[in-house]
Amino acid sequence: MKNNTLLLLGDEAVAQGALDAGISGFYAYPGTPSTEIMEYALNSQQAAEGNVHRMWSANEKTAVEAALGMSYAGKRTMAMMKHVGLNVAADAFVNSALTGANGGLIVTVADDPSMHSSQNEQDSRFFGKFAMIPMLEPSNQQEAYEMCFSAFELSERHETPVLLRLTTRIAHSRAGITRREPLPQHGITLPQDKRQFVLLPAIARKRYKVLLSRQEAFEQEALDSPFNRYFDGDDKRLGIIACGIAYNYVMENYQDSGCPHPLLKLSQYPVPRKLIERLVGECDRILVVEDGMPVVEEMLRGLLDRDLRVQGRISGELPRDGELNPALLRKALGFEAQPGGTVPDGIVPRPPALCAGCSHIDSMNAINEAVRDVYGDGHVFSDIGCYTLGALPPYNSINSCVDMGASITMAKGAADAGLYPSAAIIGDSTFTHSGMTALLDAVVENTNMLVCILDNSTTAMTGGQDSHAHGRLVQICEGLGVHPEHIRTLRPTPKTHDEFVEIIKEELAYEGVSVIIPQRECVQTKTRRTKLAKQGAQ
Amino acid sequence: MRLDIILAGVGGQGILSIATVLGYAALESRLQLKQAEVHGMSQRGGEVQSHLRISDRPIYSDLIPAGSADMILSVEPMESLRYLPFLSPEGWLVTNTTPFRNIDNYPELDHVIGEVKQVPHHVAIDADAIAREHNNARGMNMVMVGAASLFLPLELERLKEGIGYIFARKGKDVVERNLATLEAGRSFAEEYRAAAR
Repeated sequence: MKNNTLLLLGDEAVAQGALDAGISGFYAYPGTPSTEIMEYALNSQQAAEGNVHRMWSANEKTAVEAALGMSYAGKRTMAMMKHVGLNVAADAFVNSALTGANGGLIVTVADDPSMHSSQNEQDSRFFGKFAMIPMLEPSNQQEAYEMCFSAFELSERHETPVLLRLTTRIAHSRAGITRREPLPQHGITLPQDKRQFVLLPAIARKRYKVLLSRQEAFEQEALDSPFNRYFDGDDKRLGIIACGIAYNYVMENYQDSGCPHPLLKLSQYPVPRKLIERLVGECDRILVVEDGMPVVEEMLRGLLDRDLRVQGRISGELPRDGELNPALLRKALGFEAQPGGTVPDGIVPRPPALCAGCSHIDSMNAINEAVRDVYGDGHVFSDIGCYTLGALPPYNSINSCVDMGASITMAKGAADAGLYPSAAIIGDSTFTHSGMTALLDAVVENTNMLVCILDNSTTAMTGGQDSHAHGRLVQICEGLGVHPEHIRTLRPTPKTHDEFVEIIKEELAYEGVSVIIPQRECVQTKTRRTKLAKQGAQ
Repeated sequence: MRLDIILAGVGGQGILSIATVLGYAALESRLQLKQAEVHGMSQRGGEVQSHLRISDRPIYSDLIPAGSADMILSVEPMESLRYLPFLSPEGWLVTNTTPFRNIDNYPELDHVIGEVKQVPHHVAIDADAIAREHNNARGMNMVMVGAASLFLPLELERLKEGIGYIFARKGKDVVERNLATLEAGRSFAEEYRAAAR
């Protein structure tokens, strides 16, 4: 587009912002709604010319650790993930608050209220508060872009990692972005204190005191932040605190008239108490609007919760769960609902489904015949990926989906309890994310269980990112100590169905750890690859 | 000027190409734009929608408020009905009539089309057939843009430029074919509206 204006998704705005702010390395594991940050960086000419590191990591923990290493070396860096990915990275993330940062370090986390593509709707602001580090939460895509500059500066000024929190709606919505003049990357500079990153108890205790002593400065930053704004209003019967994107849903209801109430737009944390005191001091009631969990509302209400003037998700003015939208705010602000149509009878849901020709279909059919149809429903632990759709009709194949890698460990625990057969199905990328250590646990005890690693050579659910497992699965399993005779591979197709069923039966008969690896490329990535090859040939 | 459009369809039908053309036209007309998309799990053949907001003033919410969409533009008939709570009483429902049946319990098509025709302002168009007639089997989305264009405060020329922009890489032929497809969709909508009066 024209001039310096780009039409970007919130995710892409973060990537472009980081690039323009002089980032030297991106680290991430794909996860909706955060995936497009890395994808944008991967495709960026600017990143290529600047030789910016941009590669998928094995998981979110390795991503944060690698970013911490780059920060140690004095360069600006970012780790990106979805909200549940921060659970995986939590050890590195929380401890990085103690080590502190050298080069600017941003951990960008995209939360998914309403669980559009997730197993929970946890709010990463709790993690930021837990780690006691500054947090930024954009209300729109332009702010997402600007915040990369501010977050790197904040990070370097106070030698701290900074959490940048997005939600699905910012991440996956497009808007015009006005760019700034790009900054050069930093050179290598090691931290002055060469023991700062050594969290031995004696040093960690000192570092913790440093972190505690910085809290006041973090709050002062939030007070002075251009992203936090106090708008005065004449009608003081109500005061509004609008966090991040929630600001837009409030303002949508006042776009013609302007908001008549005092309004605190909150986009940088820790919560600046002075601004809250002012609002609470001059308003009769306070409505706290947050997309995610009632983090700020809970702070204001406190444990004793004697001040009933605070309203929001806990008090019921807004729903306790799910994503916000303008209509919910309309109601909470006391306006009448806008008239609209109703969905006619007979309109049925259309759930996502495995693609026609997907290799997982063949795997589900074989597993159903060899396990469910013989031993009954209840023996198949599964994981996170396209194959989780095997829970739905017509397959009804799987009995769990909890967290990355949990299929193998849960199958082990159930086998330990005496369940037979106990089977796990896990994708190739999920296996290298968090399944390898799980398999090692099983190998060490030679647990009587079956693991199927469904190898479609990609991270399919998030759109086909390269998988670290590619071409390495058999070697990895051998290396972890699975007996080579019980590592079986085949190409799953409707034609090989009987062979697949037979292999499962043989391995169920073996008392110990078996691994079956059905290998056939994802139909989506294959189509894309063929298309690209064709274009290249023209 | 404020224009709120819900784009609807099934994951894989390519509603985002419609958004790109409309968005291009809006930006070239120096308007502001926000476009909320669906990525992730639903792209695997599930129901997908995109909220496209165009305005000459700053746009706050990325989501269109219920009851205020100026148009539901759907590439699949049942999907067009799913978002009726978003449509303003004066709004237009413009939908393709070719069903995308990837579920066993897809309702009777007559029932679906009957419901579409209950909506006071609607255009029901067999965009797949029109695209085929114009030797552009994959041009269904551009038929829909053409049909919708009749009711949108965007200049037709800007939309054509948008088509030129997104298909430029595929060559002049493809651009021309899609422009013809656009015109065909627009003509159909003109006739449909005239017949309804």
